[in-house]
Amino acid sequence: MRFVMKKKYYEDIRLFKYRSTFFWYLALVTGCLTIPIALDDYFISILTFICIYAVGALGLMLLAGFTGQVSMGHAAFFAIGSYTAAIITTKGGPLLLAIPAAGILAGLMGIIIGLPVLRLSGLYLSIATIALAFIVEEILVRWESLTRGNLGIYVESPSIGPLEFSSGISLYYLSFVVLIIVILLAKNILRSPTGRAMIAIRDSEVAAQAMGISLPKFKTTAFAISAFFTGIAGALYTYKISFINPESFTLLLSIEFLAMIIIGGLGSVHGAIFGAIFFVVLPNAIILTKDYLPKFVRDQTGLEAALFGLMIILFILFEPMGLYGRWLKIKYYFETFPLYKKDTFKREKSYQKVERQ
Amino acid sequence: MNLLNEILQTILSGISVGCIYGLIALGFVMIFKATEVINFAQGELMMVGAFIAFSLISFFHLSYWTTLLLTTLIMALFGMIIERVVLRPLVGQPIFSLVMVTIGMMIFFKSVVSMIPFWGTDTYGFGTPFTEKLVRYNEIIVSWEHLSIIILTLLLILALFIFFRFTKMGVAMRATSQNQLAAVYMGISVNRVFSLTWVISAILGGFAGILLSPITFVHMNMGLIGLKAMPAAILGGFYSIPGAVVGGLIIGVTESLAGAYLPIGWKDVAAWIILILVLVIRPYGLFGTELKKKV
Repeated sequence: MRFVMKKKYYEDIRLFKYRSTFFWYLALVTGCLTIPIALDDYFISILTFICIYAVGALGLMLLAGFTGQVSMGHAAFFAIGSYTAAIITTKGGPLLLAIPAAGILAGLMGIIIGLPVLRLSGLYLSIATIALAFIVEEILVRWESLTRGNLGIYVESPSIGPLEFSSGISLYYLSFVVLIIVILLAKNILRSPTGRAMIAIRDSEVAAQAMGISLPKFKTTAFAISAFFTGIAGALYTYKISFINPESFTLLLSIEFLAMIIIGGLGSVHGAIFGAIFFVVLPNAIILTKDYLPKFVRDQTGLEAALFGLMIILFILFEPMGLYGRWLKIKYYFETFPLYKKDTFKREKSYQKVERQ
Repeated sequence: MNLLNEILQTILSGISVGCIYGLIALGFVMIFKATEVINFAQGELMMVGAFIAFSLISFFHLSYWTTLLLTTLIMALFGMIIERVVLRPLVGQPIFSLVMVTIGMMIFFKSVVSMIPFWGTDTYGFGTPFTEKLVRYNEIIVSWEHLSIIILTLLLILALFIFFRFTKMGVAMRATSQNQLAAVYMGISVNRVFSLTWVISAILGGFAGILLSPITFVHMNMGLIGLKAMPAAILGGFYSIPGAVVGGLIIGVTESLAGAYLPIGWKDVAAWIILILVLVIRPYGLFGTELKKKV
């Protein structure tokens, strides 16, 4: 276990806690950039999906994990980003316009929808966002002049100038670069006053208000940023699968994003990435192992969903801090080797008290 | 006159669907009052109830009323098991985790039902004593299936009302929903209260499933109707038992009117638009009281 004596405030909020951390991350990024050259298309596609879902999960993580506002309608923002990118690209707009536009439009929708809805707190907000997701889905089906309804939109591979993103690996690099930018953005937001305010709201709304934090302002900001990231993820998703229709953006997608951040570990940037990895790898692992399973199990189409639901339940029951929490525990175990205490990460239970007639 | 009859007819069928929403919303309210958790799996409980009733009638050839009784018992057991295995270890954890667990259950039950032999992904129906019987009043025709829903819902609500007002356990449940710690000090077994809450919700779900299946048939996606009951519960205030039923009726009637007189597509979103309006204008619902947060 290392102890660092901090002498300045800046040392408390810098991006990398230790100098060695920076080099480890540098190695990771280099690895992610070089290794895929040797992989085949199947694995590159898995990696691309991980990057895309990680961007979306990060967006939801800022809202649910760091501001404490659980949205169950993120599929709506994902869909708005997706359709914006698809429509701009089919109209011949450049990629460098399409991706930011997708994010900004989703973010604006986040603000417009957020303003009335964010007066609500807790579960009421979650339900309102479900309503939002259903309404957006219905609009996508019915506004046929723009979205082509259930027929869906086919998107050609995008390009920046002469650089065309047609192959799997070029799309992977695009998604990866976007992911890195989004992670840096998120990390920087979180150490800025805005991020601090968001975390304060999560921990106690009353205390945050007492410290002079404007709840509507920062909740709306968090909602907008979250929708922005999710919209960008939607745009990348469009380019990756190159065909979108409203069926891709159901309530299940919102739940999947929530499951990602829970399985990954609520309240950490790592958690969003871990969750996305888990979410993408699980179905593929099932496909790969299907040949070895008994026939009765193999023929079940619901197997993947059942495992997915079971995973959510099991993680909340046995590892509420998610994969990242498990990683922290393992790390801590080795750092303090013979002295690890089992209850180091235990949370205090609280009783409910609601005053009402 | 003809138009009036048509509208009345639409409203009546809306009321019977609304009763189903009301029953599911009651399940939401029960669990929410006791544990502050929204049970997303309520619709799936209804689906499981419907499948159990279907199997009892089709495979074991039991009569409708025996099936109703047996399904109630099985659902009660099912609710108890869920509470004991999944929810009890999580008492005292953040609400969000609890809600997420119910979402996990929602996905899990649905896919498990699709895997069970003889249930699977097909659509089934079963005969009831009410099938193909009509009541005629002037020019309005009501099927007994719809009437049975309305009557049975009323009876259930009456039973619940009596339970909460006059029995000791009902009063204990109300006390627990107000203050868990104080309830413990008063000698109420909070665990038993939670268990009973889930039992009642599961029974309500099973009832809703049996009543609904003549109308929409039995299939694995029945649970989606459960989500539509959420606007009903919100409209009623989420704490109020009569509110849940009234909310269900309003949503049901609005939906069937929207389905009959508005362009296609409005029927599916009508409930959600109402929900957003209610939340913006009167977040504590028609029957709720505003809650002030205390530190």
